[in-house]
Amino acid sequence: MYELVDKELVAPDIWKIKVRAPHIAKAYKPGNFVIVLPHERGERIPLTVFDTDEENIHIVFQEVGKSTKLLGKMKVGEQIQDIMGPTGHAFPSQKFGNVVLIAGGVGAATAVPLGKHLRACGNNITVILGARSKNLLLFEKELQDISEKLIITTDDGSYGVKGFVTDALREILSNEVVDLVVTIGPAVMMKAVSDITRPLKVKTLVSLNSIMVCGTGMCGACRVGYKDGTVLTCIEGPELDGHMVDWNTLLPRLSMYKEEEAISLSLLDNESR
Amino acid sequence: MPLKDRIPMPEQDPKLRITNFDEVALGYTEEQALMEASRCLQCPNPTCIQGCPVNIDIKAFIGLIQEGKFKEGYYKIKEKNNFPAMTGRVCPQEIQCEASCVLAKMGKPIAIGRLERFLADHEMYKPQQIETEKKNHIPVACVGTGPASLAAAADLAKKGYEVHLFEALHLPGGVLSYGIPEFRLPKKIVNHEIMLLSDLGVLIHTDVIIGKTYTLQQLRREFKSIFLGTGAGAPLLLRVPGENLNGIFTANEFLIRVNLMKAYRFPEFDTPIKKGKEVVVVGAGNVAMDAARTARRLGANVTVVYRRSRAEMPSRAEEVQHAEEEGIHMKLPTNPVAFHGKDGWVQSVEVVSMQLGSPDERGRRKPIPIEGSNYEIYCDQVIVAIGTTPNPILKYSTPELLLTPHGNIVVDEQYQTNIPGVFAGGDIVTGSATVIEALGAGKKAAIYIDKFIKGA
Ligand SMILES: Cc1cc2nc3c(=O)[nH]c(=O)nc-3n(C[C@H](O)[C@H](O)[C@H](O)COP(=O)(O)OP(=O)(O)OC[C@H]3O[C@@H](n4cnc5c(N)ncnc54)[C@H](O)[C@@H]3O)c2cc1C
Ligand SMILES: Cc1cc2nc3c(=O)[nH]c(=O)nc-3n(C[C@H](O)[C@H](O)[C@H](O)COP(=O)(O)OP(=O)(O)OC[C@H]3O[C@@H](n4cnc5c(N)ncnc54)[C@H](O)[C@@H]3O)c2cc1C
Ligand code: SF4
Ligand code: SF4
Ligand code: FES
Repeated sequence: MYELVDKELVAPDIWKIKVRAPHIAKAYKPGNFVIVLPHERGERIPLTVFDTDEENIHIVFQEVGKSTKLLGKMKVGEQIQDIMGPTGHAFPSQKFGNVVLIAGGVGAATAVPLGKHLRACGNNITVILGARSKNLLLFEKELQDISEKLIITTDDGSYGVKGFVTDALREILSNEVVDLVVTIGPAVMMKAVSDITRPLKVKTLVSLNSIMVCGTGMCGACRVGYKDGTVLTCIEGPELDGHMVDWNTLLPRLSMYKEEEAISLSLLDNESR
Repeated sequence: MPLKDRIPMPEQDPKLRITNFDEVALGYTEEQALMEASRCLQCPNPTCIQGCPVNIDIKAFIGLIQEGKFKEGYYKIKEKNNFPAMTGRVCPQEIQCEASCVLAKMGKPIAIGRLERFLADHEMYKPQQIETEKKNHIPVACVGTGPASLAAAADLAKKGYEVHLFEALHLPGGVLSYGIPEFRLPKKIVNHEIMLLSDLGVLIHTDVIIGKTYTLQQLRREFKSIFLGTGAGAPLLLRVPGENLNGIFTANEFLIRVNLMKAYRFPEFDTPIKKGKEVVVVGAGNVAMDAARTARRLGANVTVVYRRSRAEMPSRAEEVQHAEEEGIHMKLPTNPVAFHGKDGWVQSVEVVSMQLGSPDERGRRKPIPIEGSNYEIYCDQVIVAIGTTPNPILKYSTPELLLTPHGNIVVDEQYQTNIPGVFAGGDIVTGSATVIEALGAGKKAAIYIDKFIKGA
């Protein structure tokens, strides 16, 4: 059991929570995530560790389905059934040079710890932060703090530049030398970014959001086509080379349980009515 | 006097049992156990004992059943095997103890496993008589909570050690919890055995990945000795085109969802599982049979494809028999060469018929594809159960640990790895094997761990 010690709404449907787990906080390295089982009859879901302090891990999540909605409903002082971790490879501690960090939607929650880490390793960082609309924009200040330049794009033009993160990326790539692109967000966005950088041979790391169960490399739920074979995202990732990922195997797998997710959600809505 | 037949095991009717997850084999009544035990000749030279990987005194425990001394019989087994309720159910008896019974030659060996199970079921819920040494407060750690670690932990706790078990998943038990289905090994039994361990003072820490949450080096600072029983849990893939299509599962994922996460009770439990209508299972070990029978219970028409013939199927004989009674089809010898799909979902398995060539070094005949025999089996779900390998997590964080080229941990005859004080046993050492072999390894390692600590 892991106590929820703090929660804060950071944007509509998006929560930042602190959970007591000193052993995970101590072992944590940027890039790691945890597997959370909200309650005894729950589902194991992966969530990135956003930050840590002595006692707690901090997590930022968006309410999208039953598990995340249940977490969103929990009150401070209540107990989360299980949290396993940290797991996943840590992000490399390396000076790449000029790095473009692209975050879309709730991916910003993963971009913050990676950005801090990249910064600490001496990299020059340009951040492209995208959201559908201004009110869904996350961690502008945090990402501003770790970057030389912050470019904001919104689909509807309500803030920053109207358009997609990929438009901003194209512009940077045509004017500047870029040593590494790191992208975190919806799979379609990461695919689009990889498609842009591939012909230019700019190394691109993507943070894959495969569906997971075990998070320890024993179930194969998170597998994705990679190079000539298949890798398990939970132990070989979550950061992988975007040019090697076979996106045609990832995208359909993400919607494998669409029908079941809808059932869970509608039952939950009925319960709370 | 003509040799009497084995007393058949009472079982749930196949038509009924494919609609539920309750145990299939119901267990002997006292009367049936006494009748079966009475067939045992109490041989002066009981060959059965060598057939058991942990050399249970089978003659003695069956003798005790004959005298109606069930409690004594139970503790006779427990001298060598801590978990008879499990092994009585899942051991491949037909190639172990029962194969070595003198009556096997006549095709009617004593049903040793069923008798073992009978005693365990009869006694395990009663207060246990366990002799324990005084607590010595010396901390030792066991990594993983499968049978190897459970057995090591039980014996170390009895010797007075302060035993800590570390498990990556949220529930202990290893394959006993996440792999072997409820209808073969009820989780009530696994949980009860684990509770008895807690009664011995063993501390269980779940959600802890050794190599991630704590490193082995950290454990070595805190614990006098460490036992690694991390199993061989990483799934092997077929490495054929289309294997990542939706609807294609590794058996591990399928079984973890259904057993550990209770997806068969979705949406009462949150984890979903796809319920196929036409399911193809690839492989023919216990894992394949468990996956096939589980899919059947979720309502599917199931076909098993395997590249060798029936004689080579590595599963327990009883599982194949049960699977067939449950209406599972077998296509042998047949091998998948590709998966075909539409809109990201699997639609068929392309297979090739095989013929069996000359025997290899292990005596198994090598399957050779028959050219041009390819055809498609239409399906909406595939479960791949072609084996597992050691999980690499511990390796990534412990490069100094000596491994075989296959990733198994190398140990000496005392179960010690190349790192002093770090021992290992079970599937992580042998590759996928059996519950009783893992239990036996844990038990023997406990002896050497005790010697190591006392000698040091
Ligand atoms: C390594 C990793 C890190 C992640 N970090 C974050 C994070 O920091 N913040 C955040 O908001 N989200 C994160 N996610 C996504 C998060 O895991 C899903 O949003 C969550 O599982 C949805 O569960 P649900 O029951 O609420 O929704 P559901 O209704 O079950 O699913 C909604 C969508 O989430 C995805 N999903 C469902 N189940 C799983 C599962 N078991 N594992 C992974 N994805 C699933 C599916 O694509 C699905 O379409 C991360 C995913 C991965 C793989
Ligand atoms: C579906 C299935 C059916 C089977 N049926 C039979 C049968 O009928 N009869 C039979 O005799 N055998 C059967 N077997 C084989 C038998 O279950 C195994 O041989 C046995 O469980 C091995 O025991 P173990 O203790 O070595 O490892 P496991 O039971 O695999 O347990 C290892 C445990 O260690 C944990 N772990 C791994 N790495 C770490 C880490 N780094 N940190 C913390 N924890 C970790 C894992 O999560 C797991 O819980 C079956 C196996 C499967 C998968
Ligand atoms: S432990 Fe297994 S092999 Fe040994 S006697 Fe019991 S059933 Fe037979
Ligand atoms: S070999 Fe068979 S008949 Fe003889 S003692 Fe053992 S179980 Fe009984
Ligand atoms: S989530 Fe199970 S192997 Fe990655």
